Amino acid sequence: MKMTGSQILCESLIKEGVDVIFGILGGSILPLYDTLTQYPQLRHVLVRHEQAAAHAAASYARVTGKPGVCFATSGPGATNLVTGIADAYLDSTPVIAITGQVARPFIGKDAFQEIDITGITLPITKHNYLVTDAGQVAQTVKEAFYIARTGRPGPVLIDMPKDVQVDMAEFDYSTRLVMPGYKPTTQGHPSQLKKAARVIQDAAKPVILAGHGVIIAEAYDELKEMAENNQIPVITTLLGISAFPGSHFLSYGWLGMHGMACANMAIDACDLVIAVGMRFDDRATGKISGFAPHAKVIHIDIDPAEIGKNVKVDVPIVGDVKAVLKGLNKYIEPKQNPEWLSHLEALRLQHPALHIGDSDSILPQYAIRKIWEATEGRATVITGVGQHQMWTAQYYTFDRPNTLVTSGGLGTMGFELPASVGAAVGRPGEDIWCIAGDGSIQMTIQELATIVQENLPVKIAIMNNGYLGMVRQWQEMFYGKRYMATPLACPDFTKIAEAYCIPAINIKHRQDVEPAIQRAIEHPGSFLLNFVVEPEENVYPMVPPGASLAEVMETPRKEVLKWPRKSTL
Amino acid sequence: MATQKHTIVALVMDKPGVFNRISSLFRRRGFNMESIAVGHSELANISRVTIVVDGSTVQVEQVRKQLEKIIDVVKVTDITLRDTITRELALMKVHANSNTRSEIIQIVDIFRAKIVDVAGDSVTVEVTGDSSKVETLFKLLKVFGIKEIARTGYIAMTRGDTASL
Ligand SMILES: Cc1ncc(C[n+]2csc(CCOP(=O)(O)OP(=O)(O)O)c2C)c(N)n1
Ligand SMILES: [Mg+2]
Repeated sequence: MKMTGSQILCESLIKEGVDVIFGILGGSILPLYDTLTQYPQLRHVLVRHEQAAAHAAASYARVTGKPGVCFATSGPGATNLVTGIADAYLDSTPVIAITGQVARPFIGKDAFQEIDITGITLPITKHNYLVTDAGQVAQTVKEAFYIARTGRPGPVLIDMPKDVQVDMAEFDYSTRLVMPGYKPTTQGHPSQLKKAARVIQDAAKPVILAGHGVIIAEAYDELKEMAENNQIPVITTLLGISAFPGSHFLSYGWLGMHGMACANMAIDACDLVIAVGMRFDDRATGKISGFAPHAKVIHIDIDPAEIGKNVKVDVPIVGDVKAVLKGLNKYIEPKQNPEWLSHLEALRLQHPALHIGDSDSILPQYAIRKIWEATEGRATVITGVGQHQMWTAQYYTFDRPNTLVTSGGLGTMGFELPASVGAAVGRPGEDIWCIAGDGSIQMTIQELATIVQENLPVKIAIMNNGYLGMVRQWQEMFYGKRYMATPLACPDFTKIAEAYCIPAINIKHRQDVEPAIQRAIEHPGSFLLNFVVEPEENVYPMVPPGASLAEVMETPRKEVLKWPRKSTL
Repeated sequence: MATQKHTIVALVMDKPGVFNRISSLFRRRGFNMESIAVGHSELANISRVTIVVDGSTVQVEQVRKQLEKIIDVVKVTDITLRDTITRELALMKVHANSNTRSEIIQIVDIFRAKIVDVAGDSVTVEVTGDSSKVETLFKLLKVFGIKEIARTGYIAMTRGDTASL
């Protein structure tokens, strides 16, 4: 049947199982938006800035496992998407970004709102397209979704000239994809699996290092099986948090710059790193020459280019993490590691990572801990970027798989509110908590309007320290406490929230924290909590930049919080 | 780390933007591209690219893997360690007058290069060969003064029955 390019696009999206689109319209994408009126099954969530559309689509993708879709118009609409696309690229998230473009005869003429968005996004997309013929739309969408969600997932952008949106063509979605240049490896090579099994068998002090790939592949059970059958402690990366239950007796937290001291020390002491679906980011490894100095490395990843990129690998296994772990588990003879585990247990006790001091003022760690308690650790938690992000990763114990949505690779301030929109749309009826920074939230605070318009029950907790805190901490530690451009004059966030018709309260004393959280939970819709917290609290532990993991600095505080864990299986 | 020149051969889809993707990758990851040559391959809609890149074995392996990740790149092989035929074509416009012309012709003959154009005060030389041949001829002709040089970049193929990729 003949249809317009826009209709073909909508039909194709439906074929791909899309039911929601985040976006903002404009001149070059008007025909497509007009066509949306014919497709009520495609819900459109109007955001207030295209960056938010991309973050929301990415967050939706992360919580649902399905590609997220965002729309923007040409020119400024498209360029506003860039930060969100880059964020999705670095965190391997399947996003389909569809941009309007000026009509074909105007391309290359510097027409009004013409920008070369395929050129701009070339290094931050897994692939991108400029569609020059309505007859290509279906094929392009099919390819785009396939590329975005298979292999190592990533964002794909489709640029659609305005006249292609109205041109007529035959709609046919049955064509087979022919992509000779794209064949992701999913099954690990059997001989590599056997080799890895032998190395695991021989190791006396193994650790599993679980990354985002475990979550993307939903390999939770396989990971648990490997850890439990062989008594191997599990440490995650920041994005690997919630790949393995945080209170599991084999969980040793997460590694890196602000990871748990005992995790960093375990990496330093181990004789085998089994890296699963992670990429040895420098924030995770510390000084690379000092990383796991006594260890062999088994690296399991779906992206062959990640293997050997940063760390020398003894046994590389390219493949889908779930399939590889499943295969590997068959080859390993169950084993106990009592000495190694008791050594790590001692490390954990000597170097406790969680500290909440006594004070009348509110420590951000305390507020986050109380949110964890009140939500019984079951919420989907979204963070901004900064100290509050690290404290969330430390003080909220994630036992439910895939419940932390945070910007890892790009570290994008302003991520939290738009990502909360995406998470709330993707997980209706669930607890959605947005842990925000007073700086970070101001980068995308306009999305309060989206939350209201879409009636999303997002609970927002601002850790208001009056500073760009993470940067202030660096200035305190490494720049002689010269606080250049880090003190923040913040608006009254409760008044801002009220202007958007979101109820809000200020919390200034420790004893008011719990009741405030209860109020937010009891309120059926969105609620904003402005926690006025200790301004100059620092994030510990910390591996100073350029140092190796073993050189982790621990908190000068004395008070210790018990690590929540189940003593046995 | 010791660096070395590597010859990488790639088959890529004949689509707009492919070379932009390749060159963007080299720029963005700081890989050092010495030469690139592109032409049709024996397959329809597929071009063949030969890239000479300077780097350590580990770096060049990264180059190869990153190239493989480009969706429109079909296949990439590093043929450095194989027995290969490598060729480049160069045109050199050399200053020449009645005194120097015969000397230039002699040098050109020794290199089995060709004079393809003669004008009032120059001759144009065409040479085909591996890198050392082109470089050496260039050095010898430089003393006469080179007005202009154009080079194609290297293309390469393995010897024997098996294909390079
Ligand atoms: C878009 C963007 N700009 C700048 C930075 C650098 N940066 C990292 S953390 C940070 C401070 C964040 O402040 P706030 O949101 O108040 O969080 P806090 O650290 O105080 O918890 C800054 C400026 C960044 N990560 N992203
Ligand atoms: Mg702050």
